[in-house]
Amino acid sequence: LQESESENKLDGETASDSESKSEFSGSSPVPTSDDTPEVLNRALSNLSSRWKNWWVRGILTLAMITFFFIIIYLGPMVLMTIVMCVQIKCFHEIITIGYNVYHSYDLPWFRTLSWYFLLCVNYFFYGETVTDYFFTLVQREEPLRILSKYHRFISFALYLTGFCMFVLSLVKKHYRLQFYMFGWTHVTLLIVVTQSHLIIHNLFEGMIWFIVPISCVICNDIMAYMFGFFFGRTPLIKLSPKKTWEGFIGGFFSTVLFGLLLSYVMSGYRCFTCPVEFNNDTNSFTVDCEPSELFQLQEYNIPVVLQSVVGWKTVQMYPFQIHSIALSTFASLIGPFGGFFASGFKRAFKIKDFANTIPGHGGIMDRFDCQYLMATFVNVYIASFIRGPNPSKLIQQFLTLRPDQQLHIFNTLKAHLVDRGILGSLEDA
Amino acid sequence: EVDLEERLQELDLRSDSDIPDVPPPTDSTPEILKRALSGLSARWKNWWIRGILSLAMISGFFLIIYLGSFMLMLLVLSIQVKCYHEIITIGYRVYHSYDLPWFRSLSWYFLLCVNYFFYGETVADYFATFVQRREQLQFLIRYHRFISFALYLTGFCMFVLSLVKKHYRLQFYMFAWTHVTLLITVTQSHLVIQNLFEGMIWFLVPISSVICNDITAYIFGFFFGRTPLIKLSPKKTWEGFIGGFFSTVVFGFIFSYFLAQHQYFVCPVEYNSETNRFVTECEPSELFQMKKYSVPPLLQAVLGWETVNMYPFQMHSFALSTFASLIGPFGGFFASGFKRAFKIKDFADTIPGHGGIMDRFDCQYLMATFVHVYITSFIRGPNPSKLLKQLLILQPEQQLSVYKTLKSHLVEKGILQPSLRG
Repeated sequence: LQESESENKLDGETASDSESKSEFSGSSPVPTSDDTPEVLNRALSNLSSRWKNWWVRGILTLAMITFFFIIIYLGPMVLMTIVMCVQIKCFHEIITIGYNVYHSYDLPWFRTLSWYFLLCVNYFFYGETVTDYFFTLVQREEPLRILSKYHRFISFALYLTGFCMFVLSLVKKHYRLQFYMFGWTHVTLLIVVTQSHLIIHNLFEGMIWFIVPISCVICNDIMAYMFGFFFGRTPLIKLSPKKTWEGFIGGFFSTVLFGLLLSYVMSGYRCFTCPVEFNNDTNSFTVDCEPSELFQLQEYNIPVVLQSVVGWKTVQMYPFQIHSIALSTFASLIGPFGGFFASGFKRAFKIKDFANTIPGHGGIMDRFDCQYLMATFVNVYIASFIRGPNPSKLIQQFLTLRPDQQLHIFNTLKAHLVDRGILGSLEDA
Repeated sequence: EVDLEERLQELDLRSDSDIPDVPPPTDSTPEILKRALSGLSARWKNWWIRGILSLAMISGFFLIIYLGSFMLMLLVLSIQVKCYHEIITIGYRVYHSYDLPWFRSLSWYFLLCVNYFFYGETVADYFATFVQRREQLQFLIRYHRFISFALYLTGFCMFVLSLVKKHYRLQFYMFAWTHVTLLITVTQSHLVIQNLFEGMIWFLVPISSVICNDITAYIFGFFFGRTPLIKLSPKKTWEGFIGGFFSTVVFGFIFSYFLAQHQYFVCPVEYNSETNRFVTECEPSELFQMKKYSVPPLLQAVLGWETVNMYPFQMHSFALSTFASLIGPFGGFFASGFKRAFKIKDFADTIPGHGGIMDRFDCQYLMATFVHVYITSFIRGPNPSKLLKQLLILQPEQQLSVYKTLKSHLVEKGILQPSLRG
């Protein structure tokens, strides 16, 4: 049972209508349409409206979690597609809010331009990712090779076309509106598209880097709600009056524990821990590898303080579980700020939910607001502490250098390997 | 259309009342100029002021070029900070948000964070030897992204904690305004610096082409201008546009010819750790070595030559000047539209007769990005020292497999002779 932060009391908002004169006045919240499926409506027709709401939310939560498991089972390709769809839907939701705020449905060209910019930025990011991970496939096909070699130039040219179209579409009466929508579109692109691509990068690192962070955020939502429901007393922040310190702290500890357990279970399976690779021969994604040392059981000494509590001297753990503590800590302590940001945004623009896509929950954005900070954090975490550079990308860059540069690098690398004893000095293999 | 008009009238945003009247432009012309020109009519006086300031700016530009790359970097940084300040100040005025809690500090904090991130990415590459020697810098470089992200997150959390009930929307608007401004000014100033490190010629020729296009389009428009170009800027004409295009191409061509001869302009900027200075010395790449080109038959008749000696770079200068003349002006139209949308005459009053720094640099921004994309797509390969640094971070097994792949590739291409056994 999850409580969305969007269920804040809007009646308290009317007092804020006496805001400074540059604020909008009188734009009423979008009336929420009830798109609960008929079947649920009939099944729950006997209950009071409060319990009905609970049940609707609960059923939808279970449905979403089940759906999540199904697509994990279906594999990386389907996951990528789902991430892409969620991204497009989030973009659409935020842009629609912009249209409502600025009454700008009829602006010339603007809908087309927004979708065009979305396409450009996605093209740019997918091209960068595809070039890295599908390197051999790209080299084989001639048109793909040219597209990848001049990828940045092509993306920039596409973006510029959109920019020039925007300038040419400026109409005298609507200058400011058009600039606002332009700014709104770009900020939305920044938030939505870059982070969905970071999620895909995390996914390619190994499904566990995708599943554990997302599950930790969901777990924190649910646990914080439960602790708040049973023990909640002290309010946490004025922005979300339903959040309490008890919920926050309880959620933190539960999420860390949950993360440890989930990582333990997942680290045992190759399909979760291996980087996703594209197999040229079978033309499909494979997740098969020798598990890295992160996912091999190691013996850890328990600090003396915990020994008396737990009763063991050493414990067998995966090193990844230590990292999971960092991930769950971020999910519980900083992730909620993403939620507060979205709450503030909804209050600022006087909307209850981002959209009405999911009955009882609101829009897709309402579910994913905490995830965004998490995705960036995981990506930065991996890049800083886990993964080194991508070897195939390095090889690809090497091949574009001049011969004398190639020779210089080769000799330096050779000297380095010989120095470390990795390569025998007389070996010429 | 009528319906839209009615709806637009309803909202505060669209009516002019919420935008403060443009304050009368303060006259920041220095006293000496005023006295010297006191005899002339107002129109000529304006001309003279603009002319003198243009010459002053161009001379300042030459002086800094002479002083070297480091001064140029500082100049770019100062301009970036000033442009950022100008745009943010406009935002404050539009939204009456001078008194928002924390907001000024947060804006400057975000500027600092993003600059820290970008400088760390560039500096680490170019100052590799300098960094290797110092332990603390190594730590900062290794975890650079994480540190930058942590700094940014702190700012983000401070923003969330600073949200005040009455001012939610204002605060979100300023937050977005700040981010879009950062995107425009900071990223592009760093692209300019990256272009600079590629060789001063990649910095000078594009900037000069844009300036030349401005000036020659104005002159052609003044003498021959008849057909208006775009409603957004009523003073621009097609004659000025086309005349400016051809002049800029010729100018770029000639200017590149002169610059390509000097190592000072042509060589990538490198940091010499022994002398602790920037040096520009190298073997000029083949882009900057004279080659013989056959003149196409069409032009042969006109020019009377069969072959011509040119630097290959001059061909690239065609692309650069063409972009400066045809697409660069869109940056100017964008800025014009922005000024009309927010009812401002100039971005600021920093330069007498010209307006703010942003007014001078609006066309440059698209140019900087274009040059950077052009260089990475067509000219430069990856940076060898950066590649080497990344190779050395790999795991030993990865290094070994990369080594083997490279070796087989080099042998295949005949760059490396297969070594004899034994």
